Amino acid sequence: MAASISNYPLGEVIIMRANRKVGIVGWGVYVPQWRIRSEELARGWGRDWKRYAAGIMVEEKSVPGLDEDTFTIAYEASVNALRRARIDPSKLRAVYIGTESKPYAVKTTATMLIEALGAGGEDRLTTGADYEFACKAGTEAMQSIIGLIGSGMIDYGLAVGADTAQGAPGDALEYTASAGGAAYILGPSEESIAIIEASLSHVTDTPDFWRRQHERYPAHTRAFTGEPAYFKHIMTAAKKLMGLIGTTPDDYDYAIFHQPNGKFPLRVGTRLGFTPDKIKPGLITPYIGNTYSGSALVGLAAVLDQAKPGQKILVVSFGSGAGSDAFHIEVNDKIEEVRDLAPKVMDYVNRKRYVDYTTYARYRRMIRMLHDFSAY
Amino acid sequence: MWAYWQSVPAHWREIPARYRLEGGECQDCGYRMIPREDICPKCGSRNVKPIDLPRKGKVVNYTVIWNAPRGYEYYTPYVIAIIELEDGTRLTAQLTDVEPSDVKEGMEVEMVLRKTRVSGESGLIAYSYKFRPLIK
Repeated sequence: MAASISNYPLGEVIIMRANRKVGIVGWGVYVPQWRIRSEELARGWGRDWKRYAAGIMVEEKSVPGLDEDTFTIAYEASVNALRRARIDPSKLRAVYIGTESKPYAVKTTATMLIEALGAGGEDRLTTGADYEFACKAGTEAMQSIIGLIGSGMIDYGLAVGADTAQGAPGDALEYTASAGGAAYILGPSEESIAIIEASLSHVTDTPDFWRRQHERYPAHTRAFTGEPAYFKHIMTAAKKLMGLIGTTPDDYDYAIFHQPNGKFPLRVGTRLGFTPDKIKPGLITPYIGNTYSGSALVGLAAVLDQAKPGQKILVVSFGSGAGSDAFHIEVNDKIEEVRDLAPKVMDYVNRKRYVDYTTYARYRRMIRMLHDFSAY
Repeated sequence: MWAYWQSVPAHWREIPARYRLEGGECQDCGYRMIPREDICPKCGSRNVKPIDLPRKGKVVNYTVIWNAPRGYEYYTPYVIAIIELEDGTRLTAQLTDVEPSDVKEGMEVEMVLRKTRVSGESGLIAYSYKFRPLIK
């Protein structure tokens, strides 16, 4: 580990490391029960899934039910995080949700979550906001809360990454854009089950994927989303973080990378020098698809579901547009006490019921009724 | 357009009950209710305090809605059930994440927060408690 931040001259602090150590107090996830098989999605458009299977490596994806959205997903993930954190929700003084599928274009999802959880106490003395940075908005929310706790402004905060991702009908993204989310309650290190030792971000203006105002579905630049976007940002953030704090891939027991499909995380991890056995425990996209803002954070939750005290974790998210947040996390012995207090990632992954393309189209509101008074 | 918009203040007033299952408890006779009323329907006392009700219970009875009122058409068929919470409080709520054919009397259920009504493309999205079969 490098020296403390106070050893750097002003303006030279590169690694984001808090004055007061911050860690994860509780984590929780939620994934809707509905699934559609990639083969069924391909059938809907008269295509042969076998031609795409190896390139996407996602066999099925989660589908939000008619009554589910980012708020309801964030709520259940947060309730699970609170169960593990074992703190009163009134102690939460910051609630930030990272998402690119806000229920309202203008009206904060965080305030609804604050109200539902009772965060900030009876007077609701808490900050709340929605973050947007494509798939990395959830880790962005985490960094903000690390700053608030690390500086001593607050003691506990909740960061959520959740989405009901949009993939246009017939588009390649339709095979992966799914629904789910993860919530993290952060707090001072004494209370934590894992310490977030350091973090670092790398962003550039790289137009690989976007959704314009009032559009239902995003546009993307196909192969351009790979090398100059996903791979460049993740590799830069990971290498810089490891270089500055003096670690190598051998120091880590697990590595979690953003998971737009099943293939990219393995490829970027291998390039960085991580063996597949360190990546696979946190690779959840092949079973539920890409939960966008939830993607890397659901992966981290799957690792926390099984990590042992003393183990080290590298997390690197990626958001289109584009950028990556990297985190160095060390697990401690408190994790064993809280792990079983809420459903695990695999509990939700294995809780599933399949829908066909017609039901999928209805659940995703691609089908409109005559006199549809509940359209959205 | 306004005809199918629900009343926003009416929804807002009920947020504590709808989001957090906040009911009322009569401080004189102990009777619990949701939604909370100012006067205890059992003993007539005006001493009713808010209380967070337990989030688990069981299905007492249920019915399947095929012909839904305006605003709920898209969700049919769906199940409305009378649920008895762990403390004995009864309430009426929608069931979710369940096929109507799988619902049974006595089925153990837990509270979830879901969308209940969406007022068109431009109106309010109302969220409320629903119940689903217990998962853990």
